[in-house]
Amino acid sequence: MTVTSNRSPISSGKIKPITTSEDWIMRGLLLLGTLWLFVGVVFPLYPMLIRSFYDSNGSWVGLSNYVKYINTPSLSVSFFNSFYIAIVSTIIAVSLALIFSYALTRTAMVGKPWFKILGMLPIYIPPIATAIGLIYLFGNKGLVTTGAFGRLPTWDINLYGANGIILGEVLYVFPQALVILTTALSLTDARLYEAAQALRTSPMRTFLTITIPSVKYGLISAMFVCFILAFTDFGVPKVVGGDFNVLATDIYKQVIGQQNFSMGATISVFLLIPTVFAFVIDRIIQRKQTALVTAKAVPLQPKSNPMLDGIMFAFCSLIVGLILIVFATIILASLVQVWPYNFQLGFKHYNFNNVAGGGYNAYWNSIVMSLYTALLGTIIVFIGAYLVEKGKGLKWLRSLNYFLSTVPLALPGLVLGLAYVFFFNNPSNPLNGLYGTLGILVICNIIHFYTVCFLTASTGLKQIDPEFEAVSASMAVPFYKTFWLVTVPLCLPILLEIGIYYFVNTMVTISAIIFLYPAHIPLAAVAIINMDDAGDIAPAAAMSTLIVLTSMGIRAIYWWGTKGLRKRNQAWLKRS
Amino acid sequence: MRTSLRKFLIRFMCGLLFVTLVAACTASNNPQTNTETTESITVYTALEDDQINTYLESFKQNNSNIQVNIVRDSTGIVTAKLLAEKDNPQADVVWGLAASSLLIADQQGLIEPYAPKGLENVREDFRDSKNPPHWVGIDAWESAFCVNTVESEQEKLPIPISWADLIKPIYKDKIVMSNPASSGTGYLSVVAILQMKGEEEGWKYLDALHQNIAQYTHSGSKPCKIAGSGEYPIGISFGYRAVKQMNEGEPIKPIFPEEGSGWDIEANGLIKKAAIKPAAKTFLDWAISPEVAKKYAANFPLTAVKTDVPIPEGYGADPYGQLIKNDFQWMADNRERILAEWTKRYDGKSEPKSE
Repeated sequence: MTVTSNRSPISSGKIKPITTSEDWIMRGLLLLGTLWLFVGVVFPLYPMLIRSFYDSNGSWVGLSNYVKYINTPSLSVSFFNSFYIAIVSTIIAVSLALIFSYALTRTAMVGKPWFKILGMLPIYIPPIATAIGLIYLFGNKGLVTTGAFGRLPTWDINLYGANGIILGEVLYVFPQALVILTTALSLTDARLYEAAQALRTSPMRTFLTITIPSVKYGLISAMFVCFILAFTDFGVPKVVGGDFNVLATDIYKQVIGQQNFSMGATISVFLLIPTVFAFVIDRIIQRKQTALVTAKAVPLQPKSNPMLDGIMFAFCSLIVGLILIVFATIILASLVQVWPYNFQLGFKHYNFNNVAGGGYNAYWNSIVMSLYTALLGTIIVFIGAYLVEKGKGLKWLRSLNYFLSTVPLALPGLVLGLAYVFFFNNPSNPLNGLYGTLGILVICNIIHFYTVCFLTASTGLKQIDPEFEAVSASMAVPFYKTFWLVTVPLCLPILLEIGIYYFVNTMVTISAIIFLYPAHIPLAAVAIINMDDAGDIAPAAAMSTLIVLTSMGIRAIYWWGTKGLRKRNQAWLKRS
Repeated sequence: MRTSLRKFLIRFMCGLLFVTLVAACTASNNPQTNTETTESITVYTALEDDQINTYLESFKQNNSNIQVNIVRDSTGIVTAKLLAEKDNPQADVVWGLAASSLLIADQQGLIEPYAPKGLENVREDFRDSKNPPHWVGIDAWESAFCVNTVESEQEKLPIPISWADLIKPIYKDKIVMSNPASSGTGYLSVVAILQMKGEEEGWKYLDALHQNIAQYTHSGSKPCKIAGSGEYPIGISFGYRAVKQMNEGEPIKPIFPEEGSGWDIEANGLIKKAAIKPAAKTFLDWAISPEVAKKYAANFPLTAVKTDVPIPEGYGADPYGQLIKNDFQWMADNRERILAEWTKRYDGKSEPKSE
């Protein structure tokens, strides 16, 4: 972002830089990019906010929806319930992820590559599928609750309610915290630890005075991300919440159950305020972050410590074990004929003809939607990040663009989806034609996961030496040529990474599209909700299995297909 | 290295393009395999998933030129969709939606009156009294309990035979019921209580019942399916579900409560829009034709068009006698008020239950 706008050393000072046609193209693109973000992020929020001041017949009622919500005891309880489960889940998940990532980065534990992969497994499992797995483990007829049907001691955790939601959310947000904390922990300077050792500092003190402060920002970020996700998640409480209401399920009940879109909009505002608040605080804190790792830093080589390594191995095995058990249970449940009365295995539940949700049609639609989202999303995000990072001039517009690109992180999927309904299903909107098409679903998904992809892309672009642009410009090569011939090939691994991220998340997402998907385009993840709603839990488990295997398959193909490329890319980095 | 990278890029792009093309083709092929199709209609329905395909067979045979897009969801959702799309209706026809919900849509002016062919065969109390009618029923469904016999025996629970039984303390946290705000089945059970006992006594009964409810589910069939899987021993659901699950071998006993069952009609209606397709009317004519009525009758003892199909196994001998006296207009007019009251009292178990 700090690339100088001067094209040559002469044009500094009083002399105005020459604006070429190339600059105009870039400005035009930047304007277009900003417009896209306005349409995708800002404009849809307006009709939603407005809607919360109207009643269901469309007459202005001021704040009375809010008053009504606060005064209905059972509804306002959800607000505190949401806070409760989000805070507890965040504390548990971040603590576990901190230990797990510490084991991955700072110990000489065996099997690290495996733990790294398996720890990330929940990212491929839709939260609602995790919850279904929990029913078969901890529900009234679950494997654990009944002690594998009398073979083992029984253990009833009282799944339906807060316990189940927290367990499900912890599994859901754990990998998100793990990514952030592993990155934070791997950026460190070994010299600090050497100094500590020379001064005979106790390991505990070293941990508290060196390790924790060095990951402070990562830790805060992880907490906010986990909080936002758990606070706004809909899948887990929907399935195992029982009668423990949270805001997300309230919105669903109001909109789907009672056709009360105004109240849905009102509750959305309640859902939105804390997330925006968390987002803003996180941004302010992150601004203070300074580089910990300087050019002189020495990478840390973890030393072997049999006791610590052993404990960490046991801990990581426990976590990975729990994840694998949940995943295996989902698969098992999809194969068992009639749980708990007939444990013969078969593929009966993979025939979706007689259940809700649209079956294989939904599955294909989801794949198509995810492919389009991955393809278009990657292109749009990358161009957007390029314009912000490498663009010249119009600094205010680039800053605005950057800001708007980070906003989607603070928007809960349900809120975004509902906002899109209000915005696009308005006959006077020129984009009304998009409503009820695959296109709007793709746009919604691109925006929903925009921030993470954008930050990934802009980090990647920052690593490219601005010299490339400078040299190209001095040789009168237009920027788009440099972009296509230099920037894109250099960033290819990042591009593919973004594509995969989009694909996997679009496959499992429910919240953003549950109100938005048109009837003739059933979707796999929504089908899980519908099947669970109808009580067909085994087919829901079957569909979950399909989704997980597809996402993992795509990831595996990517990994295998880019093996050579990554090697070459790393070689290039080394040579430079 | 540069060339190999570029080669990879080209190959990658080609691959991606190919995949997208294939995907696009399969996507567009799925909904409309038949290119000769001249007309397509969108049908919103709340009929059960496992019924729709069998019903539609005869329509597809006789009307191969009409492409039918079925949109199935639970009663609450279909109603919500209809109302949400008020300004820009997507559906052409509503098929098998609770009459009390159709009345709400009708109040909002969403329904175009239409008298389908063969209307005279439809029982008079199963259709709108206006002429031409705004809604025409096809069958009726009634509340019933699904009791898991295996679990009941294990937990030493007597099998409840009446609404009065359900509020006995022995059933504490053993019963699952659907949330009336989202489920048509839940709503008809609640209004049945309110109509039978009068509002004051009715709410008292529901307060007592609430003590025994373990969960309120979103859809009307889920309580029965949960009972079938033994997760909870008793589900308040509807007759068809209970009978079907019993016949499929699940340890379910359908119970039609002694005091009578709440009920509602599954009805059809034509959606009012600028261009009403002739195919929509063809569909509505077919939907009350004798051939499909036989198929309704195979599932439901109560059909709008009289057939010679015997009462399906598992139902009582006098299905009409089982029904309470029901006022659909009252059900529709008071829906919002009753649901608000219900939500205030029972939604959210975290609230201390009123003793």
